Amino acid sequence: MAQERIFGQGSRREEETDLPDNGTPAPSQGAGQAQRDTQGTDDLLAEIDGVLETNAEAFVKGFVQKGGQ
Amino acid sequence: MSVRRVMGSETEFGVLAVGEPHANATVLSTRVVTSYALRVARELSRESSGRNGSDGQTSVGTGWDYGSEAPLSDARGYTMSREQAHPSQLTDQAPVLTAEEIAAEAITESAMYTEDMDWRKVIMNTVIPNGARVYVDHSHPEYSSPEVTTPLDALTWDAAGDVVAARAVAELARGAEKTGTPAVNLYKNNTDNKSVSYGAHENYMLDRAVPFDRITSALLPFFATRQIMCGAGRVGLGVDGSEPGFQLSQRADFFERTVGLETTIHRPIVNTRDEPHADDTKYRRLHVIIGDANLSHTATVLKFGTTSLVLNLIEHDRVPALDLADPVAALQTVSHDPSVTATVPLRDGRELSAVDIQREYYRAALELERELAPDGLDQDTRQVLDLWDEVLTDLADDPSRLADRLDWAAKYALLNAYRQRDGMAWNDPRLIAIDLQYADIRPEKGLYHRLASAGRIRTLVDSETIERAADQPPEDTRAWFRGTAVRRYPSAMVSVGWDSVNVEFPGIRRGARIGMPEPLDLNRETTREWFDAPDVEQWVHRVAEQRPGTVTGTGLN
Repeated sequence: MAQERIFGQGSRREEETDLPDNGTPAPSQGAGQAQRDTQGTDDLLAEIDGVLETNAEAFVKGFVQKGGQ
Repeated sequence: MSVRRVMGSETEFGVLAVGEPHANATVLSTRVVTSYALRVARELSRESSGRNGSDGQTSVGTGWDYGSEAPLSDARGYTMSREQAHPSQLTDQAPVLTAEEIAAEAITESAMYTEDMDWRKVIMNTVIPNGARVYVDHSHPEYSSPEVTTPLDALTWDAAGDVVAARAVAELARGAEKTGTPAVNLYKNNTDNKSVSYGAHENYMLDRAVPFDRITSALLPFFATRQIMCGAGRVGLGVDGSEPGFQLSQRADFFERTVGLETTIHRPIVNTRDEPHADDTKYRRLHVIIGDANLSHTATVLKFGTTSLVLNLIEHDRVPALDLADPVAALQTVSHDPSVTATVPLRDGRELSAVDIQREYYRAALELERELAPDGLDQDTRQVLDLWDEVLTDLADDPSRLADRLDWAAKYALLNAYRQRDGMAWNDPRLIAIDLQYADIRPEKGLYHRLASAGRIRTLVDSETIERAADQPPEDTRAWFRGTAVRRYPSAMVSVGWDSVNVEFPGIRRGARIGMPEPLDLNRETTREWFDAPDVEQWVHRVAEQRPGTVTGTGLN
């Protein structure tokens, strides 16, 4: 479940009052939520795919730096 | 007491010429700095046209005053000899390009976008109107932020440095279109995964009277474990990243010692460089080299905020008793454990997790701050304590919850999503490419920026405020005076440093030096009206009247 809920809303401190689920344990996620999360992740990866360096291997190999502080 | 304290950041950017992996890094860095200096000069000349009181001339770049640089002075009470020092430690000398470097790439003309200007200067250092220093440090372009007083401002002016970097990259990209020279990209990370690391330093002012031993013993367990919040995440283990896996920190594998003066070799967890850049009878500047370059706002605010609160514990001698058996080993154990459950041994026999150790610092800080502020915590202190508590709580429950707040967790979630979808192993070059591209400072290409603009990572300061901070100095430190002087009288600036402004007056060998020994003095409220002076000479006289003893020069002694 956790692996599918990528970039979902994290929980807050216990004292936090501005969340509806304040003070109560987070409800376990239903199938609907999981599906939405998976869809969200697919959309994210599709978006990231669009900006990734096209030749990953050459990019990684060519990323050579000199030492710094 | 409060989380408020004079602080600042330094970012060394990874630098890459598109399509030319063997380009000379110092030359590329010089192109970055020069292009930004040209941009600033262009902006200032536009601003000053038609304004009374400006010097009406245009010059490019501001020299650096190396007078207060003392990189070999050790906080433990001695000084390393120049002969003993590694050449890279001699940061008190102005760098120059060698003839070979200049010959290697014709940087003065074809590679430089000079628009219609006739300036063919090579700039390796400049001070920009937001009070920051932008320069070539070894073989990386570096942005050293202006002095600020709160963690939120530290975030704002640190992120402003990323705006500066992105603008320089955009300038060079436009030049590349015109001249066919390679564009240059900058990366806010700390390693090339080929055994090389470069830094993202923090600086904190503290009371000179605090014994350095106490600083060291308090900071070792804190620095070994704060990476669970402030790590930027890295694909690969070991200095060359050859062991497959993921770790929390970019920097952890490059540290070999607990305490020391070096920053480029045998890196120590606690750095002893003693360069206060201020009144050295009152202040110490703690130079922190262990941190990762952060993009996440939460991680940045926590990095500066929690460290400042731990320095309060040190100054009040209220540090929790935590003594790691082997701090360097613990640093690496914690970094290599993305489940954030590993424990490390203490000298008293206890085995504690990084969350446990951070909790101890948190509790001690909360207690001290409440005690020192019986009428309630100020907003900045409250914010840092709340975030610290929140993040530690989530790390203990389920670290994947932090994917919307911390760099390492965001990166880890993204990498895991790719691993799941495409079945990639940790040594797949595509995962390493994602790791690198997370730190690309271009808003349209950098994966951090993509995640943040899609609302998948929470931000604490809006982008307009950060953009403005790239041009405007903080108002509550001497950075305001420095930045405003550079904006107002650019061609009169001979050299500027953290604690000095050196100007020349019209005529031959006429000029003055303004000392700035107090980091909180010469702020906007104090000095705004001084800049109403009709010219630079009268401005200096006004400063001398207001701050006798800190100004020397023609007609003033």
